[in-house]
Amino acid sequence: MTELLPTIWFILISVLWTGFLFLEGFDLGVGMLMKLFARTDRERRVLLNTVGPVWDGNEVWLVTAVGATLAAFPLWYASLLSTLYLPFILVLLALIFRAVAFEYRGKMNSDQWRRRWDLAIFLGSFTAAAGIGAALALTTSGLPLNENGDRVGGPFVWVTFDAFLGAAAVVLFCLAHALAFLVLKTDGPIRERARKLLIRLLPLAVVPLLLWAATVHLAGGTVWTGLILAVAVAAAAASWFAEWSSHDGWGFIWLGAALAASLACIFGSAYPVVLPSTLSDAFNLTVENASSSPYTLGLMSIVAAVGVPLVLAYQGWTYWVFRKRVTEKSIPDAHSVSPL
Amino acid sequence: MEALEIARWQFGITTVYHFLMVPLTIGLGLVVAVMQTLWYRTGKDHYLRMTKFWGKLFLINFIMGVATGLVQEFQFGLAWSEYSRFVGDVFGAPLAMEALLAFFVESTFLGLWIFGWQRLPKVLHLGALWAAVVASVFSAYFIIVANSWMQHPVGVELVDGRARMVDAWAVFTNNTALVAFTHTIFGALAVAGGFLLGIAWYHLWKRRRDGLDTVDGDGKVVVGTDTFGSRGVIDHQVWLRSARIGAVVALISFAGTAVSGDLQAKLMFEQQPMKMAAAEAACHDGTGFSVLSVGNLGSQDCDDIVAVFEVPGLLSFLANGDFTTEVKGVNTLLPEYKEQYGQTLPDDPMYGERAGMSIDYLPVMEVTYWGFRIMIGFGALAAFAALVALWILRKGTVPESRWLMRLAVFGILAPFGANSAGWIFTEMGRQPFVVAPNPDPSGIDGVFMFTAAAVSPGVSLAELVFSLVALTLVYAVLLVVEVKLLFTYVRGGVASAMPELAARHDDDSSSRGKDDDDVLSFAY
Repeated sequence: MTELLPTIWFILISVLWTGFLFLEGFDLGVGMLMKLFARTDRERRVLLNTVGPVWDGNEVWLVTAVGATLAAFPLWYASLLSTLYLPFILVLLALIFRAVAFEYRGKMNSDQWRRRWDLAIFLGSFTAAAGIGAALALTTSGLPLNENGDRVGGPFVWVTFDAFLGAAAVVLFCLAHALAFLVLKTDGPIRERARKLLIRLLPLAVVPLLLWAATVHLAGGTVWTGLILAVAVAAAAASWFAEWSSHDGWGFIWLGAALAASLACIFGSAYPVVLPSTLSDAFNLTVENASSSPYTLGLMSIVAAVGVPLVLAYQGWTYWVFRKRVTEKSIPDAHSVSPL
Repeated sequence: MEALEIARWQFGITTVYHFLMVPLTIGLGLVVAVMQTLWYRTGKDHYLRMTKFWGKLFLINFIMGVATGLVQEFQFGLAWSEYSRFVGDVFGAPLAMEALLAFFVESTFLGLWIFGWQRLPKVLHLGALWAAVVASVFSAYFIIVANSWMQHPVGVELVDGRARMVDAWAVFTNNTALVAFTHTIFGALAVAGGFLLGIAWYHLWKRRRDGLDTVDGDGKVVVGTDTFGSRGVIDHQVWLRSARIGAVVALISFAGTAVSGDLQAKLMFEQQPMKMAAAEAACHDGTGFSVLSVGNLGSQDCDDIVAVFEVPGLLSFLANGDFTTEVKGVNTLLPEYKEQYGQTLPDDPMYGERAGMSIDYLPVMEVTYWGFRIMIGFGALAAFAALVALWILRKGTVPESRWLMRLAVFGILAPFGANSAGWIFTEMGRQPFVVAPNPDPSGIDGVFMFTAAAVSPGVSLAELVFSLVALTLVYAVLLVVEVKLLFTYVRGGVASAMPELAARHDDDSSSRGKDDDDVLSFAY
């Protein structure tokens, strides 16, 4: 059992990233669609309010993925974050602006105020999606690390094809996922437009994600990861077909399944390496040499066994509470706050 | 400047800034939850209005705490990778638990609370707020456990040069953590108390200035009986009760910080004697608490410093509970530290260019000495003001004096200042260590780390300068925005959080039917 703990934690962290991209995926996408899709202020408010009650809870999946990496694989955490210093700083700035924009946008009744926060939501969502996509791609394709796990080279050595592929994969997935979410969560003209756009966009939007999974699979995969990759492709196709035949719920679920299968293929192919060094295989960080002690992993396993099902239960309940579709009719008028 | 200094400034700025929002979130959250509970149990209108108004300010502040808190989860890996490698096994656990067990609850249930008005049954809606607020307290506990391990490492052994957790119970019941947690929660409540009192005072004052309230011959309030829309009798109740609650909370929390702070000082005297000596700018062993010391505190030459006025025996009392124990001064401690932990940084690659440099064991005494006094001074000042305010409020309103009102509003800053000063003192007083060695038997003496060894070796100076400048600028801009929003909402009174009150006032309100089930009761 003890020797299995690092593997279990590798799986759990993969699950946390999957949960993050599945949930925050649609609110990052909705954030980008605020500029790319919504036409009027009321439409923007419809979009915003489909994710309003849940985006903050979704974002905690990221915080937990990162915190769990520190607890379970401190060397992975240390090398990944310090090596990708600039991209992560940009992601953080993006998430800061985005979070504040969600909350503050409706707090003043002025067009200029709203326009500024809309821009913050758009840029924040885009930068966060792209940065996290690049970081995840690089943790599977490798970074120039020395024997201590520190970066060799300048602040931009991470700018590679893999980084762009990962960034494109997550940005495009988020856009498609958000459209599928809007089809589920809105009604009327917005919903129809979202569906039409999704049917056109989806075949293109999943390509970088599947391509990323395929490259990682070809580099180090097994028969199993190949099968999972096939599942991912099939799920993406099923999603498109479901949307085309107006089975909105299935379309959303199959797209989520395509993401989960792609990530399973990616993490499964990379295993047991968590962060390869492009300089020498001897410097690779693996589940064994980067992990915490069995004692800590055991303690954290108990915590996760209690905590993760609880999170799933109450977050699931939240989605149930706010299951009603949001339409232009459900948006109250903006109100001004004026001094007494 | 070198990377180490920039990284330290960055950590200091981002963390002190984050901790401007955190105590208000924790303290005000608890207060708002109590208000909503009172509304739930009594159904009285003024409790609903209090919940809505203070709840709105709570949310404006909360989101800034969330946004700046994200940086905290990442920055140990970003700029302090060697630190993360050294302590990850023990330090990561409370951080991950904070995210999984506390922050998840906080974020999810607060979303339920914000959007759940009228959509959730009243009791569940109240429960959602309590869940979020209790989670924020747990959140504080986990973070304090992590921080206290840096002050007083316990429950670990060294394996291959890295700290490994062997006793989680010891880590999570670290005596340093338990008292620091208590101190922090009371510190947070002190912030909330001052916040309530200052803002409610402003509104009571404004009601008088606008001629709504007057006073009779005894100075007792006469609340206007005309209908004032949102500013009738209930409005007066809102502010009077808020002011009284604020003053009482401020007084209780001052007592709490004093008692827990005293316990902390006694632990610090055992665990980090140099920090205690530096807090006192005490060069020589002694028993007196310095009220004012002069000399060049920054000279690092301790013999320059002269205590002008001391309270005899008080330092011994703070440190040990009696009036005679000699508290070790800097001149006694320095040779002890040098002997135990070395004169120079070891010749180890982890120190980079700093290997072999001499170690300065004395924290920056201007900061520790004044940090300690500003914390106590501002805390006591706020409590004294609350006491006076409670006395003035006995007649149901506040004087018409404008400067008194300004004082009450400015007084909001005092507990914030006390919190920041306390943390700056604690963290700067730990230097030159990031993980402090503990001479007392309950700590593990061999486990410590110099701050100089903790910084990320692979990150360049340019990157650190960029992020320091970017984060500081963004934080500065957002602080201005937050304060501006808070001012706007405060000035708007209860109606700013309950637009339906204003709508009722001008009867031809265009807002679509509130009874319409399709319209969200709250929307972004």
